[in-house]
Amino acid sequence: MVQARFKPGDRVRVMQAYPVGHVRTPHYIRGHTGEIERLCGSFANPEELAQMRSGLPAQPLYRVRFVQREVWPDYKGSPQDVLEVEIFQHWLEAA
Amino acid sequence: MSDQGKYRPLSYFQLMEVTLRELLVEKGLLTEEQVQCEVEEMRARSPERGARVVAKAWVDSQFKSRLLKDATMACEELGLEIPALKLVAVENTPGVHNAIVCTLCSCYPRVLLGLPPDWYKSRNYRSRMVREPRAVLAEFGLLIDKNTQIRVHDSTADMRYMVLPMRPAGTEGWSEERLAALVSRDCMIGVALPKSPG
Repeated sequence: MVQARFKPGDRVRVMQAYPVGHVRTPHYIRGHTGEIERLCGSFANPEELAQMRSGLPAQPLYRVRFVQREVWPDYKGSPQDVLEVEIFQHWLEAA
Repeated sequence: MSDQGKYRPLSYFQLMEVTLRELLVEKGLLTEEQVQCEVEEMRARSPERGARVVAKAWVDSQFKSRLLKDATMACEELGLEIPALKLVAVENTPGVHNAIVCTLCSCYPRVLLGLPPDWYKSRNYRSRMVREPRAVLAEFGLLIDKNTQIRVHDSTADMRYMVLPMRPAGTEGWSEERLAALVSRDCMIGVALPKSPG
């Protein structure tokens, strides 16, 4: 199992990468900065599972909270509205 | 059945399902009975299961704390098996409204809510719920106060979410069964609120 590098409250940036294959990091959130809401546990890497490999070692999975106005500059709702997305650790870097 | 008697050729995915199923049975990896059993189990799951969980949380504050801490374990207490996936319950409060979407496909807490509605799987809902949730909720007839924070949960990986709605006023002293009847599928996705009594 891969060691968890982040804790709740840490600021993180989602990597802006576009590898081919089965990736569970939505395009719209790549390159954006948010805050770790919680560590969900460690899970087999879906990018590896999709290639019929084991997906091990398991990767830490986080819920990351993003402010809507930061993700969509023309967001029309309240400035306090947020979006929470599950992101695997190998897609995150400290911000 | 409205479509009875109308012949339609199988679609690409239906044909793939039949082919794969027949191959698995032919090779002895599955039996027709196992497939049938699984289909029946899938049909047996319905939003009433989720409503039971919500009603229990409304009347039992200790259960509610356990549900918010670890929803998988809390549901298992009620005899609801949550295979493999982790369930997360998110609580609506006077200041926070939660809603759930899966932008990548259509991940859904089937074990508690049964099969997802078609709109949940539509491109329209999936793309707009993260982009303009207030407009989407308004189309469901749900207007959220501008001082209430909206938290949209994109169910992208191994968690599944259910919204724990707020207990409607005027239901003091109600039994769990009576309360559960106020909780619809849509309130547990976060696109509606529980019915008010009366």
